[in-house]
Amino acid sequence: MIAYLNQAAKKLPTWPLYVVGALYPAWLLWQGLTGGLGVDPVKEMEHALGEAGLQLLIAGLCITPLRRHAGVNLLRFRRAIGLLAFTYICLHLLVWLVLDVQIASQILADILKRPYVTIGMAGFVLLIPLAVTSNNLSIRRLGRTWHRLHKLTYAATLLGALHFVMLVKGFQIEPLIYMGVTVCVLALRIRPRAFRKVA
Amino acid sequence: MAKRWTNDLTHDDVTPQSQYLNRRQIMAGIAGLGLAGVMGGEANAAGKLKPNDWDTITRYNNFYEFGTSKDDPAKHAHKLTTDPWTIKIDGMVDNPGEYALGDILSKMTTEERIYRFRCVEAWSMVVPWNGFELADLLQMAGIQEGAKYVAFETLMRPEEMPGQKRPVIDWPYVEGLRLDEAMHPLTLMATGIYGKPIPNQNGAPIRLVVPWKYGFKSIKSIVRVTLTDREPPTSWNKLISREYGFYSNVNPNVDHPRWSQATERTIGGGLFAKRKPTLLFNGYEADVAKLYEGMDLKRNF
Repeated sequence: MIAYLNQAAKKLPTWPLYVVGALYPAWLLWQGLTGGLGVDPVKEMEHALGEAGLQLLIAGLCITPLRRHAGVNLLRFRRAIGLLAFTYICLHLLVWLVLDVQIASQILADILKRPYVTIGMAGFVLLIPLAVTSNNLSIRRLGRTWHRLHKLTYAATLLGALHFVMLVKGFQIEPLIYMGVTVCVLALRIRPRAFRKVA
Repeated sequence: MAKRWTNDLTHDDVTPQSQYLNRRQIMAGIAGLGLAGVMGGEANAAGKLKPNDWDTITRYNNFYEFGTSKDDPAKHAHKLTTDPWTIKIDGMVDNPGEYALGDILSKMTTEERIYRFRCVEAWSMVVPWNGFELADLLQMAGIQEGAKYVAFETLMRPEEMPGQKRPVIDWPYVEGLRLDEAMHPLTLMATGIYGKPIPNQNGAPIRLVVPWKYGFKSIKSIVRVTLTDREPPTSWNKLISREYGFYSNVNPNVDHPRWSQATERTIGGGLFAKRKPTLLFNGYEADVAKLYEGMDLKRNF
């Protein structure tokens, strides 16, 4: 079953992921313009993009544990998943800047003064070098450094989940589930031997 | 005594949907529109605000008893039974007791009030409420000397209010006002919107509306009103006191710790709606500023 899955994954092209990934924001925009997102389309779009970005970051973090613990190899799709996550988070930020807050001075104040915005922003900044070095040339040039650099995804995803936990009102389950899943997929990376050494 | 306060907002330029509803309102013989028409000139001076349409008001709600999404209340509130409904009035009153809502309404004068509605989340609407002044209800109950505050409580009925099965906040929802705030002619007990009975998701069958305070002060589906001499606990304040104060007056100069209150997004304006500056006391400064004379509004947020 797993061997079959890996065979199939090898044959599948990766470009449809980009196409499907690009359709989602386009669909959101269309819905927002035609009333499909309800009476507060700005918040709806902002939240949908942020949440999808976080989901994709977590999906990207699932690739390694899947390979290591289940033997399923989906490594070929990781770049597309990561780049789509980055794109959605850029759009999330853009909606926040242009359609939501709108006022330049307030944007700056929010980034500096509001911890949940600061944390979300920090997560976004960590993703920039990863997006820039997501090409084959960078992978070849950077070698081992590339792998170390791309471990920033761990921090970025944790910051993204924390951003979600911090922005809701009251005690809500959903962001805590995202945080829990993020911590789990990161914990799955701890190797038993290293574990023993620490203990 | 009703009609101590008159609108400066009107039905001027309302959307086709609400004009339709207004015609029904006139047919139903409910007064208010005529008065609003007379006040038209003033409304223009006030910045030509217009009520949001029925769909916007009834599909975008914070009513965590039915779920935390804005569309949850509209989806789930139909399960709520609002008839029969009794309100327990107790504490420092001459006539404590369990009052049937119908009996209360038969003694009250219902009128229309078009108010700005500003949520603590920095969005706003304009709502044409129908209701009576809380002062009239309190006078009916007979306020005893020494009473300084009014406490309110929402219905606790998890089988009909599914949100109450989760500990989002400490149920039942409670709120409170200082007695002079409660007696202010702007403070309304609302039973309708656009001349129709108030929909469940908006706080049926009866809710508080305090237009110069953030929306969460305007407690919904009220089952208990208590006069007391002590500042009563309030739900959001109990949960996070540094974010939600007892007063919670709309104030562009006092930010919420997690977001600015200087401006607001107007709901219903579509994808490209411009933010607008938030007004002190939500534009009711002339009416209510005297209640807080000498008070540090930054400390008593």
